[in-house]
Amino acid sequence: MRRGTDHGRGREDAAIARGRWVRVCGLAFVPLTGMVSLDLAVNAVVAGLLLGGFYAAVTVGVTISFGMLEIVNIAHPAFIMLGSFVAYIVNSNFGIDPILIGVVMAPVFFLVGMAVYQIYFYAFEQRGEESIQGLAFFFGLLFVGEVALILVFGVDYRFVEASYIGPSLHFGFVDLPLRMLTPCLVSLLMLGVLQVFLGRTFIGRAILAVSQDRLALQLMAANPTRVKRIAFGISIATASVAGALLIIIQPVEPSVGRDYIGRIFAICVLGGMTSFPGMLAGAMLIGIVESITATFYGPSWAPAVAFGFLLLTLAVRPAGILGR
Amino acid sequence: MSTAKFWSISFLVAAALLLLTRGFFTNEYFYFAGYVVLQYIVLSTAWNILGGYTGYTNFGVGAFFAVGAYSSVVLHKLTSLPVPVMIVVGGLMSGILGFGMGYLTLRLRGVFFAIATLALAIVAQTFIVNWDFVGGSRGVYVIRPQQAPLYGSYIQYLYSLMLILSWVSVAIARTIERSRLGLGFNAIRDDEAAAEAAGVPTLRLKLISTTLSGALMGMAGAPLPYYVTYLDPTSSFNLSYAVNSVAMPLIGGMTSWIGPVIGAVLLGTIQQLATVTISSALNLLIVGVLLIAFVIIAPNGIVGLVQARRRARLR
Repeated sequence: MRRGTDHGRGREDAAIARGRWVRVCGLAFVPLTGMVSLDLAVNAVVAGLLLGGFYAAVTVGVTISFGMLEIVNIAHPAFIMLGSFVAYIVNSNFGIDPILIGVVMAPVFFLVGMAVYQIYFYAFEQRGEESIQGLAFFFGLLFVGEVALILVFGVDYRFVEASYIGPSLHFGFVDLPLRMLTPCLVSLLMLGVLQVFLGRTFIGRAILAVSQDRLALQLMAANPTRVKRIAFGISIATASVAGALLIIIQPVEPSVGRDYIGRIFAICVLGGMTSFPGMLAGAMLIGIVESITATFYGPSWAPAVAFGFLLLTLAVRPAGILGR
Repeated sequence: MSTAKFWSISFLVAAALLLLTRGFFTNEYFYFAGYVVLQYIVLSTAWNILGGYTGYTNFGVGAFFAVGAYSSVVLHKLTSLPVPVMIVVGGLMSGILGFGMGYLTLRLRGVFFAIATLALAIVAQTFIVNWDFVGGSRGVYVIRPQQAPLYGSYIQYLYSLMLILSWVSVAIARTIERSRLGLGFNAIRDDEAAAEAAGVPTLRLKLISTTLSGALMGMAGAPLPYYVTYLDPTSSFNLSYAVNSVAMPLIGGMTSWIGPVIGAVLLGTIQQLATVTISSALNLLIVGVLLIAFVIIAPNGIVGLVQARRRARLR
């Protein structure tokens, strides 16, 4: 119980730390009756766009695994946490740039992803027991990942050092903190590379084909299991980069990943499940709304926003904003 | 097991646990540990009504549980109602939450329900953290009454209440299992489209299932403030409640009422022992690893293993 409460306080501190870059003008709370200043609002929207760009990197893996392969990988945040902590260890010991670490480690994550898919395939897909047991499998992975990280690193907040953490660009009254801008740009780059990969290469097209019609692919003498294994490996590989970006943006402790579950799936559903442009639009939307909520109502309310959107989308428009 | 046999045996077991423990266990710790195991019997049985019978996965157990607990905190601050009334109110609140969740998400694929429940826990926690009346993120102290209403110490009283509650919830689960309602639930689990085509009112049955399951979870959470005497959002919304409530039915077996009970007694006892002897973080790891191992190796749980062996012997 004791540890639980300290933990709670830490979480709140993190929410405040997160708020620090969101509330760009240094005002934690603007009373609704007061004037909402223009520069505050513009800065909130800009911060939201940058945040949304980063959310795209976190979500792209789930768009591949959940949207295209129909594998409900709710353990994705655990892999992102793993990416964050790998970046933390290497950065704090050798001082290497966290983004570089994320990219270099991606092949390792790819192999881990292929292994996880192989287990999932033999234990669930092949037996046709994908529903509850499969979900429980990923839920167990999520939980084991979190507890294992807590056992190794404790519940202290960890952060990385890099030259772009700290300084900001200024355009008039608009602030562009580099610790937000860099992850956003890296995320967009990763999204672009994946989009080209899926559209132009043989394997990429095969992955799209699996998501459209598995039986037809089998009739074309391709092996859907192999294609899915590679695709799932790629989805986990993105978690390596996303984890590195996450620890640049905010200090990280093992249970931070949980806050991302609602966000990731909300964005994925909002974006219409399979399309990258739709997903990016969803990510920007969630980013802006969260940023505005944090600026004007306080950062402790921000986690509720994504969920509200998720429920609203599911209830009103399950095909997503850009869906058919 | 016939119905009459079930009622008499389960009543005897409950009565024995209630009376004999008073004579045998003079150490208060037994009641603290026993309360947790019984609480998990209620939670896993409640989870299984929706998860095992109807086939919908609820990962937001923590939310339903904590809504029950926090409704007791509100009642404690405003009134001086006895704990059994608080249990009923906590059940009502969580039942309403379950109904709302189900109404919003159950018309879609089951996966969305599972994801929405995961996110629900985080949002419910956000609301509690921002609600100062119940302590916000600082948590709240709940002072127990000096005297237990009936006999013995207050913790013995809570233990007895939880024992009765777990007996009631197991009885409800078994009654559902043998009723038309249970057949409808199973039809939804096996093939929802076929059930709908055969005239099963699927949406209504699913709503009954989520409401009932949520209500029982809230009832399990309602006495919690008096048990811990200090309640804060991080511990009451802990993910370990969800992991345990999912792991116990899956490990015990989801098709029958006895499965969650076996899972809860087994895992609950292991955890209590591991907490005292090893460490409280490691015992959560044990549950997670057991959950993964069981869904891969024995997807039908212990009950499934026993049934398979019995079938093999008959052949």
